[in-house]
Amino acid sequence: MKTSLSSLQPGETATIVAIHTEDPLHQRLLAMGFRIGKQIELIRRARFSGPLQVRIGTTDILLRKNEAEKITVRHSGAEKTMVRKT
Amino acid sequence: MKRIALLGMPNTGKSTLFNRMTGSAARVGNWPGITVELLTGKILLGGDMVEIIDLPGIYDLHGFSEDEQVVRHFLHDNVPDLALIVLNATQIERQLSLLLQLKQLNLNMVVLLNMADESRKFGITIDTAKMAEALGIPIFLLSAKYGTGYHEALQATTKALRYTTPGMAEQLRDQLRPDEEIEHEMARVLHHSVQVPSRLPDNLTDQLDRLMLHPWLGLPIFFGIMYLLFQAIFFFGQPLQTGVNDLFGWLRESAMVPLLSGLPAAVQGLLLDGIYNGVATVAAFVPLIVLFFLFMAIVEDTGYLSRAAFLMDALMAKMGLDGRSFVMLLMGFGCNVPALMGTRVMRSRSLRLLTLLVIPFSLCSARLQVFVFITAALFSPKAAPLVLFSLYLFSFATAILTALLFKRYLPNSEPFVLELPPYRFPTLRQMVLRGWHEVYHFIHRASKFIVAGVVLVWLLTHLPPSAAPASADTLSGMIGTWLQPLFHPLGISPELTIALIFGFVAKEIVIGSLAVIYGLGGQALSNSLALQLDWVQAYSFMLFTLIYTPCLSAIATLRNESKSTGFMLSVVAWSLVLAWTVSFVFYQGARMLGY
Repeated sequence: MKTSLSSLQPGETATIVAIHTEDPLHQRLLAMGFRIGKQIELIRRARFSGPLQVRIGTTDILLRKNEAEKITVRHSGAEKTMVRKT
Repeated sequence: MKRIALLGMPNTGKSTLFNRMTGSAARVGNWPGITVELLTGKILLGGDMVEIIDLPGIYDLHGFSEDEQVVRHFLHDNVPDLALIVLNATQIERQLSLLLQLKQLNLNMVVLLNMADESRKFGITIDTAKMAEALGIPIFLLSAKYGTGYHEALQATTKALRYTTPGMAEQLRDQLRPDEEIEHEMARVLHHSVQVPSRLPDNLTDQLDRLMLHPWLGLPIFFGIMYLLFQAIFFFGQPLQTGVNDLFGWLRESAMVPLLSGLPAAVQGLLLDGIYNGVATVAAFVPLIVLFFLFMAIVEDTGYLSRAAFLMDALMAKMGLDGRSFVMLLMGFGCNVPALMGTRVMRSRSLRLLTLLVIPFSLCSARLQVFVFITAALFSPKAAPLVLFSLYLFSFATAILTALLFKRYLPNSEPFVLELPPYRFPTLRQMVLRGWHEVYHFIHRASKFIVAGVVLVWLLTHLPPSAAPASADTLSGMIGTWLQPLFHPLGISPELTIALIFGFVAKEIVIGSLAVIYGLGGQALSNSLALQLDWVQAYSFMLFTLIYTPCLSAIATLRNESKSTGFMLSVVAWSLVLAWTVSFVFYQGARMLGY
């Protein structure tokens, strides 16, 4: 199921399928490890619709909802949601 | 002389390695973007003097932010004889992309996989021999912080330096291969040489973050930590300051006075009541400042700054700023100058200017000295730390107010994307280096600004010779009286006005000049202040000191970073207006309420 990174729940893992950002940000995201086919996990969200903490491999990254909306992911359904914690 | 450049992504430990190689005390911290300019040091390597250049971190060679430009310009203008590519071993999977880009520049290079201690803990295995073979570059695992593997890396560096760099691309960017090719190459290199566990063990960082970044507890914990830190600084620092002050007083009576007794009275006065009293009163703060920076070093090195950015970003966004702006405000608590320079990581000019505009309200360690001195003199030991904390709150409040007022003139849509490093702890060596660095910095400032400042204040308070010292007939008295229409409504006396004028240059001079103006040092000065001021006047004076610009160096830095004299002047003008207004409202309000 394709969705945007910003709609993942904490604890959910998905696969990056597309990154729709403009060039400077696109390059930065690539360097931080956002590459198509990579697994990405949403660790937590900050209060008051603040940034999201995501994990790709061994790197944790903070990004705002705005930016997360531009990243399309495919998430594999419910089996990964067991680690959800709040 | 041959040159070695340190290159790599932000927060991979280049400056830590630089410090280890050169014995320097470059600032390090667990935050991507501590180093924003080029640093150099010379060492003897294999019998020759070699220059080591520490560069800001870069994510890729497409960089646009100002810290990244420094690296591009450097590489363009100076081909290093050897590039040490510093990568975080734990994140080798993604950081390899930068190495592959750099490889295309045909530089002579050695790869150092740093933080080997952390990658081992994560269960990551790297076969450096296989990797070196796949890349055709020497590769070493090391920990720049603890020194393991450093010896071998240094030997390889010495060896590699014998060969010269083959050549250098004229146009860096044109040479870069398309990204897909890099991706294939990354996969090829990593395939046999690196193994990363599919799921990282639940480590200390994760456990701590569950508490520190808790949805409801995160912010209260943040403010709790801040409060405790400031309490601790006051609790430990203030007695230290008094102690050193007494020591200086004793030294004066037992050594300086007898030693200088042969000199004419006016010269004695200048040396003892001017320079000695002034400088000693300021120098008594050295232990407190060292303590303060030890705390700062711990906060910066743990990686908590990035957590603060996470917690505060949503609020900062409402003010047109972002989480990084907030971190710069926190860094400004140490000194505003590096915080102002730290904004180079921001790409949007509007965001950068807005951040530059609010940083000067951050209560720096120099202003802290003034406030510790005055609060200790005028408030009870119980109330003093609370009064000090209230000034930190005012510091935030003025920054917030300023951002809210000016954000519409400086709108930005800069994306906020930031790495969250694991928690780390500084080594004793790093903390000692930092403490020493601050002492050095202080002595440097003291010799430049403070001595000149107190001499000038002494002259102003003793000329013309016919007038009684510090009376209304002296030059300082005349200036102070002339400015009274402006400062009387704030409850600020002519004497304090003179201190404020000199405080414009550097806040350390405020206390130094009070010592000179009242002709008293240390405890005697505190007692005299307590007699002459009530708490409302003192607080009004502190509010004005907090808000009316940090110091001349900060103003010069504002000019440099914004590249606009107009912007710099506007910041100064706004701070003065705001300082006057806040002090006025406070003083008149408190008086109206009967205090």
